[in-house]
Amino acid sequence: MVEGLYKKREDGRKFTDVRPMKAKVGIVPSADGSASFETGKTKAIAVVRGPRTLHPQHMQNAQTGILRVSYGMMPFSVEDRIRPGPNRRAEEIGKVTEWALSSVVDLSGFPNTVVDVFVQIPQADAGTRVAGINAAALALAHAGIPMKEMVSAIGVGKIDKTLVVDLDKYEDSLYHDGEGSTDIPIVLTSRTKEIALLQLDGKISVDEFKEVIELGKVACDDILKVQMDALKNAGDSTNG
Amino acid sequence: MGKFIMPNLQREKIESYLNDGKRLDGRKADEYRELVVEDGVSKNSASAIRVKFGKTEVLAGVHLALATPYPDSPDSGTFMTSAELHPMASQQFDIGRPGINSIELARVIDRGIRESGFIDMKKLCIRKGEKVYQVFVDLFAINDDGNLLDVAGLAALIALGRARMPIYNEEEDKIDGYSETERIPLEKDVLSFSMTLHKIGNAIVADVSKDEEAVSKLRLTVAMGDNDGKPRITAMQKGLAGTISTEDMETILKLAESKWKSMFPKVKEYVFG
Repeated sequence: MVEGLYKKREDGRKFTDVRPMKAKVGIVPSADGSASFETGKTKAIAVVRGPRTLHPQHMQNAQTGILRVSYGMMPFSVEDRIRPGPNRRAEEIGKVTEWALSSVVDLSGFPNTVVDVFVQIPQADAGTRVAGINAAALALAHAGIPMKEMVSAIGVGKIDKTLVVDLDKYEDSLYHDGEGSTDIPIVLTSRTKEIALLQLDGKISVDEFKEVIELGKVACDDILKVQMDALKNAGDSTNG
Repeated sequence: MGKFIMPNLQREKIESYLNDGKRLDGRKADEYRELVVEDGVSKNSASAIRVKFGKTEVLAGVHLALATPYPDSPDSGTFMTSAELHPMASQQFDIGRPGINSIELARVIDRGIRESGFIDMKKLCIRKGEKVYQVFVDLFAINDDGNLLDVAGLAALIALGRARMPIYNEEEDKIDGYSETERIPLEKDVLSFSMTLHKIGNAIVADVSKDEEAVSKLRLTVAMGDNDGKPRITAMQKGLAGTISTEDMETILKLAESKWKSMFPKVKEYVFG
């Protein structure tokens, strides 16, 4: 382990531990697919509607259906109220989520249609985009949308010189000592372990970055187990 | 919002059932679905709760922020309700700017709370003419199976009833989280809640499902509060293009009164409990 200022996590986790996770599918009865995914105090829900005919017509693709993702934080999800409706951050996260999920879904059997995925965050404690992607992947699977692989998402970060898995809000935004905090959201596919999403802001060496990916793989395996259990428990009313 | 297309067969079935005093889901015409209230939706706001009538589900959260008072009421806090009928909740809701249905819903709920004086706005003044608390109620529809207006209205009241008072840091002029014990100042005596009744076929129906809502000829929302143990009307809103006959109005008021009597104690318990 590298010598650094950040030696111990406030919540007692090991640096490689994901926060306690909870996942459930079938949370919105009127939807084609739905799921919730929680890690620690961060909660995400996702709803899938479709495949359904895409309007306006000129956006339709005769070769394949398309995936359309929106992401939003609910006004009461954070301490400073968020104005309802789209904003730049939400639009971008929706788009990168859409790219990540589009790399595994196969909508070629549904030309001219759209599959809508709505991701919402009722309570935030950092890592909302990855929680949202975990929920969205579950909701797509729950809806029976053809997927080449499952995806799992995790934020790996660097706090001062220490590599840390699944940052909470304190670690992500409030820690400024030494080299500060770098958060790296990663989405990995379940079988081939390829990267479906990657973002990074901060400072990190190439070797550290490679280690980040390895930590991400281990964490994503844990997350995948939780996702698969949720799918197996679909329809079980005692679940969750 | 697109229109919910209802096949004629379904319409006839709903109407003919109701003519015999029955509904497709087995309820009586005046029967409400079970009310479920859950806490703990978000710890980051003054309160955030989940309310369900059957499968219709709404989240409501309350935030308090620092604001400048309006010039015409320099010693009063301010208040705002917003509602998202998110496309998550229904095939019929579009993404983007709020449609007329979310605007109407938010405005009806906002007026009901504002005009009744439910929130003691004077007590939300920090420095007259300079600084007051602004109260936000944010409603978010998760699943629409009819009667969102009543569910969202109750959710707003319950979220306000459970909202914690912010801790004001005068030195830095900001809010440092919320009090664990103190709740926001409310006029408990003026609590009123709304019941939306629909005319379907020849029947007056309470707490409509999505399918019933789609074949409704008209709706009337009646809000009632407590006047020495008796219901008193505090707000009304007629929706849809149909007209209300004198006879129907009699039925609606009678039904609203009897529903109010059976539901008010429970609602009060949920709001202040």
